[in-house]
Parts: sequence; C-alpha cells; structure tokens
Amino acid sequence: MPSMQGLEQRLASWAGLERGPRPQDLTARLHRAEDVPAAVAELCAAGMALATLVATDEEATADRDLKLRYIFEPASHSLRPLPDIFVTLLASLDPARPELPSIAVEVPAANWHEREAQDLFGIVFSGHPDPRPLVVHDGWPKGRYPLRKKFEAGQRPPVEPAEEFPHLLVEGEGVLEVPVGPIHAGIIEPGHFRFSTVGESVLNLEARLFYTHRGLEKRIEGMTTIDAFHVAERMCGVCSVAHGLGFCEAAEQIARIEVPGRARVLRTLALELERLYNHVGDIGNIAAGASYHYGTSAGLRMKEAIQQVGERFTGHRFLRGLLVPGGVRFDLSAELARSIEAAIAATAEALADLKERIENNPTVIDRLDTTGLLSLPDAIALGVTGVGARASGVDRDARRDHPHAAYGSTSDLEVVVVTESDGDVHARLNLRAAEARESMRLIRALLASLPSGPLRAAMPEALPPWGIGLAAIESPRGAAIHWLRSDAAGRVDRYHLRSASYANWPAVPLAAQTSIIPDFPLVNKSFELCYSCTDR
Amino acid sequence: MLTALLRSLRTGVVTIRYPDEPAQPPERFRGAPRVRPRAVITALPPPSVCPSGAIVGGAGQSRYAIDRGRCLYCGRCAEASLDGAIELGRQVELSARKRESLVVEVAPDAEGRAVALPGPPRGEDVAEQIRRTLGRSLQLRHLDSGSCNACDWELTALLNPVYDVRRLGIDFVASPRHADGVIVTGPVTRNLELAVRRTYQAVPEPRVVIAVGGCACSGGIVGRSYASAGGVAEVLPVDAFIPGCPPRPEAIIFGILLAVGRVTERQP
Repeated sequence: MPSMQGLEQRLASWAGLERGPRPQDLTARLHRAEDVPAAVAELCAAGMALATLVATDEEATADRDLKLRYIFEPASHSLRPLPDIFVTLLASLDPARPELPSIAVEVPAANWHEREAQDLFGIVFSGHPDPRPLVVHDGWPKGRYPLRKKFEAGQRPPVEPAEEFPHLLVEGEGVLEVPVGPIHAGIIEPGHFRFSTVGESVLNLEARLFYTHRGLEKRIEGMTTIDAFHVAERMCGVCSVAHGLGFCEAAEQIARIEVPGRARVLRTLALELERLYNHVGDIGNIAAGASYHYGTSAGLRMKEAIQQVGERFTGHRFLRGLLVPGGVRFDLSAELARSIEAAIAATAEALADLKERIENNPTVIDRLDTTGLLSLPDAIALGVTGVGARASGVDRDARRDHPHAAYGSTSDLEVVVVTESDGDVHARLNLRAAEARESMRLIRALLASLPSGPLRAAMPEALPPWGIGLAAIESPRGAAIHWLRSDAAGRVDRYHLRSASYANWPAVPLAAQTSIIPDFPLVNKSFELCYSCTDR
Repeated sequence: MLTALLRSLRTGVVTIRYPDEPAQPPERFRGAPRVRPRAVITALPPPSVCPSGAIVGGAGQSRYAIDRGRCLYCGRCAEASLDGAIELGRQVELSARKRESLVVEVAPDAEGRAVALPGPPRGEDVAEQIRRTLGRSLQLRHLDSGSCNACDWELTALLNPVYDVRRLGIDFVASPRHADGVIVTGPVTRNLELAVRRTYQAVPEPRVVIAVGGCACSGGIVGRSYASAGGVAEVLPVDAFIPGCPPRPEAIIFGILLAVGRVTERQP
C-alpha cells in the first residue's frame, strides 16, 4: 500500500489532482477518458479496489458533460489498519457521444456498474464483455435514458415488442434449463434464476435481477434533504437504519455539521440492533434452507424479540424514524436501556442453544459443509463485502476501515472483525453467529457509554450548493457506499447507493455452481441478499 | 430430541391472541395522523411537511385531507403542527375495502375549526358475499411487486410463533394455482407488471387481491414514474387496502380478515 504521495505521483501524468470529497480523500480529474484503464491499473497495483462507480449528468452545468466517478478504496490483504481514504477517478464525457473503454475484464467488480450506467445514462463502455441490458428490462425503448436530466421523472414510455432476453445457453446432451422466478414459491423478493443443469448438478446459473427497480435515484433528485432522507431510509426494509445513516452522514458532510456524541451512540445502537435482528433471523433462514424447522422457528423468535425491543426504542419495527439528518429524534431512557439489555441476554442464551443444536445435528451439518463455496480470489475479484466476504477470508469491515457513527470512538467501541476461511454455507452461518455475539457486546458497550448532551445539531433546510458527500456504512449485508451531491438550490442533485447486496449478488451464481440444484435455496439464504437495495 | 421438547415445554405459548384481544403497540408507536376535532385550521402544517405527499389542502382552502394510504407514519406532520392539531393515533386496524376510505378529510366551520367530513359508504354487502365463499380457510399467494422488503418480512413474521396466522386458517402457498388470492407488496414496478398480471390470472376464481403497505396502496414514496405504476389498483382490482410503512403484523392480519369479510371496517 503506497502512501498518498506515492499514489499522487503515479496518477499525476494523467490527471489533475485535488483533495476531496472528504479532507483525507483524493480526486484525480483525468485529462482524457481513454486513460481510465491505465489509471485504474495503477490503483489496483497499489492495493486499491473499486468501491463504486457514479455517473452524473452535468449537461446543464458549465461543464456541459456526463461524468463518471470511479471510486476506489484501500483493499490490501497485508496491511492493517487500512487507511480510511477514497480515491476518485473522474472522467468527463461528451453527452452527444459518451464512450470510453470498459474496465470490466480487468476489474470484474465494475461489470454491473458499467451496465447500469449504460442503461440509465446511455454511456457506451467499449469492449465490455457482456453489454446486455441490466436495469431496464424487455420492451424499454432504445435511446431513452431515465437518469439523464432531460428525461422527465413522470414519463412512462410504452412497452415495446421485444424478443426474449438472451440468457446464456449451455448446450449439450442432457443439459436442462430450469427457469425459476421472478415470482418465487416463498415469501421472498423477485428475481429470475436460470439454471443450466445436468441431473442435479448446476453447470451454470444466471441471476437476472432489477425487477424491483423503482427509479428511486431519479425520484430523490430535486428533493430537500429531509424528504430525500425518507426515501433513502426506504430503499430497503432490513437495511433501513444503515441506508438512512449513510444518507445522513453524506448530507452532514456537505453541510459541515458535527453530530452530537449522544446521537452518534444512539445511531450506532440502532445499527447494531438492525444487524442483530438480521443475523439471528438469517441463521433461522439457513436452518429453513436445510429443512431444520426447529431452527427456523427459533431464529424467527429471536428476530421478533429484537424487532419488538427496537420498536419500543424507535416506534418502528424496522427502526425507521429514529434517525434524522443532524442527529436522532428520540432519546433512550434507563427503562428502555434495561429492556434492550434483557432482550440481549435472552437472545445470547437462545443463540448459543440454537448454534449448539445445529452443530450437533449431523443431518443439518451435512447440508451446510462444503455447500456453496466462494473462494477467496473470487470474493476479492468481485469485490464481495460483508458476511459473504469475511466467511471466505476477506478481513474487511467498514465499521473498522471507514469508521462511522460512534465506531472506534472509544476502545470498547472498536469492532473486532471476525473471519472464516472455508467460504461455504457453514462458514457463513458460523460467521453470523460470531458477529451476532460481537453485536451484543457492542450493544452492551454502547448502553454503558452513552454520553450526555443534545440529540441533534441544527441542519440547514438547504445544503450548501454543489457539495459532495461520501460515506461507507457497514449494513447487515456488508459495506454500502453512499454518494450524494447537492444542486444549486441546496437540494439533491444526485444520490447513488451501492448497497452491499449489489456488490455481493454476482457471487451467488458462482457459489451455486459448486452445489446441486436442491441446495440453491440454502446457498441463497446463506448470503441472504436484498433485491430492493440492489435494484433501487 | 428430548431436550428440544423440554425446552419447548419450558417456553410455553408465545403466540398472541389477536384478534380476540386487541393489539398493544408500544408507547412510541406512530399510528395514523388525524386532525384533532375542533383544532384551529391554521394550526395544521402545510402539505410540504409530508415527504410522501399524503397531505393536501390547508390554509386558504376549503378542505384538509390526509391520505393514510400514502402516509409513511413518520410523524413529521404531528411534530410540525401547532397545539397538537395533528395527533398520531394508536389504532392499527386501518384497512379499508375502498381506496377512498383511507383519505380522512376535515373542513373548517364558521369559527375556522376542523370538522370531520363523512367518508364514502362502506361495501359491507359485498363483504358478506365474499365471506360466504372465502371466509373460512384462506390460502394466499404472496406477490412482491417491487417492495422494499419490509412488508415482505412482516408477512414472514405472520408465520412466526408469535403471530402464527395458521391458527386463523390463513396460510401462504407456493403456487397461485393453489391460492384463493394474492397478497401484494410494492407499487408494481414496470419490470414486474407482466409477472403481476400473470400471477393474478393463474389464481382460480373467485379470488381476492390484498394490497399491503403504502407502496401497494398508492405508490407511496415511490410514486408513479418510468419505473412504477403507482399502486396495485392501477393493475389489479383490489379488495382490501392495508396501509402502513410497513403495517404491523396485527394490522396485516386485520386487513386479511377484512378482505374476506371476517371483520368489519373500523371508523377512521
């Protein structure tokens, strides 16, 4: 991992350098968009990985262009601690002919990002290995790009006649295509899975998502900070706190607001309660995938107990409504703190019991071991994050690597990052159990260290114009990257969320290919990704 | 096996008794906003306070309406009102058979104070017919038409030991062919509209359609756009609307029972 200075020297020949968006970050304005691959290669060689790619339409500004921001973060496997920096490579494109070379072959994590920018902005990434539409589905008219500024939000173009989507076909004797979804048999979100199988073995799996694309990033444009916050909080149900917090931190950066210490601790408390109810519920869901119904019920009950105590704290079972740009809306009384402690104690006991039962049940363990393998090199190449990454040995967690809320503010609030090495369903289950225990330790530490003081800082109604905020939040599914820019009136010009699930989805088909088709629900549940904050 | 059995015996029954006993949301629960009777009209917050556009009218206009089908239950309107002109209710049984019934309106009297306007008539006769056909065991197919997954997870919660809707003869089935109706979450995205129509068509008649959550009721925070139809009723004939963001599990149970005529609508 080179120093910031070393990086600057490497990039200086292609780009003008400046600080930002945060004081410790670096932005490199490339002189020519064609130099993106070369600059990206330098960053990768320096141990950095692509965090997100943000496209913006700036045709109406003085720049009269489309811009792409390739945002990189340190990802070295040998250096700890990782420095909390982001490096933005900024490329300017002609809105009439927006074309530049693709980096998806060298950086597989860029694959979906480029296809999304192609669909929503009409940017052409020449040499992209798979330029099929991603976000817009069959029947979307050619040449209409909904995230361009001149595309009016209320437009509803008619569905045009379309040919069937060109799924990757596997040919050969005995190969069977199994289409599943978008509407599934259980109560889960919609996506289409196309299995190519021989017998029970999965030769190839293609996941087609973005069925729940709601156009939320368009919707949010032009909104005030407070209105936009309510949309960000609803990008996803089970990541409500994490996504709400990411939006808040990005907006607070732009407004240069210091959030009071008590509010930061209460936000962290909500974030850990969210992680905890997800992790224990997900352990139950893995049990469901392995047909272990005692485990399913036990998981659901633990989740319910944490959601109920969360509702007592925030008035909402998904903890919505606690956060607000500038701080939090509700305080924590001693009585509430006691009920959270009691719920944690009961959960700790129930989790230990469930974990022991699973480990001592050979029929369950047989389903979990060596199922749904994700190798460390694949996890790194795809930029997988969160549980899926750590269970394959990637030692990264945004709570430690990009400190937010109250993480790291005292030694008790430093997160102990756990990793596993096997990369199978069992490893992801073990990791969730270990992380749930760490969340419970953090919750107790947060309750013990609640500073006194105000709950919120005054937030201006309008943000300073053309400010950029960038935040990484460790959601229950992994790191989510939030990028926000204000417009001339201090409203939202552009907001982009790269959720953890977005980064992780491409890993699911790879892991599923190591298993048989009846194990797919189990593999899927072991990643437990959201469709809604992927599709937005 | 024996220890699991002993543990279950020790735990006892964790299932709630709703609807035989009322739902008991905690103190901080934010229910439906309502205009306090006789509140001064000028004390009501302007529509711009609402992030989802659920409020229309106000100062200088003849009416002031709050659309519970669009509401996020965030409580900002109550915070912004003067003298508690808007209060947040504690009722969770908000479901209605007609979309219009979710809109609660007031008008100023001669003194400029709020007086509630009567809502539309309720469809109880239709409800009786549905009750005769589907009012006993009810098998539903869940249909996610683009939700944020919060409503979906609350449907999952209905099957946990605490809510356990199977005790009421209600269950979720894997195929629309086995279902008496669909329970829909989400605003119907463009990318799902075809799947939504086809799933509905695959359900044998007679069939019910239940819209769960603000997005399904009205488009909610998503609205109507290039990517969204703006509510289930734009695509399918809806029998019951369950507002909330998301509605609590008891609220969903009430809405399902309402859809098949096993309970009657509560006064707003």
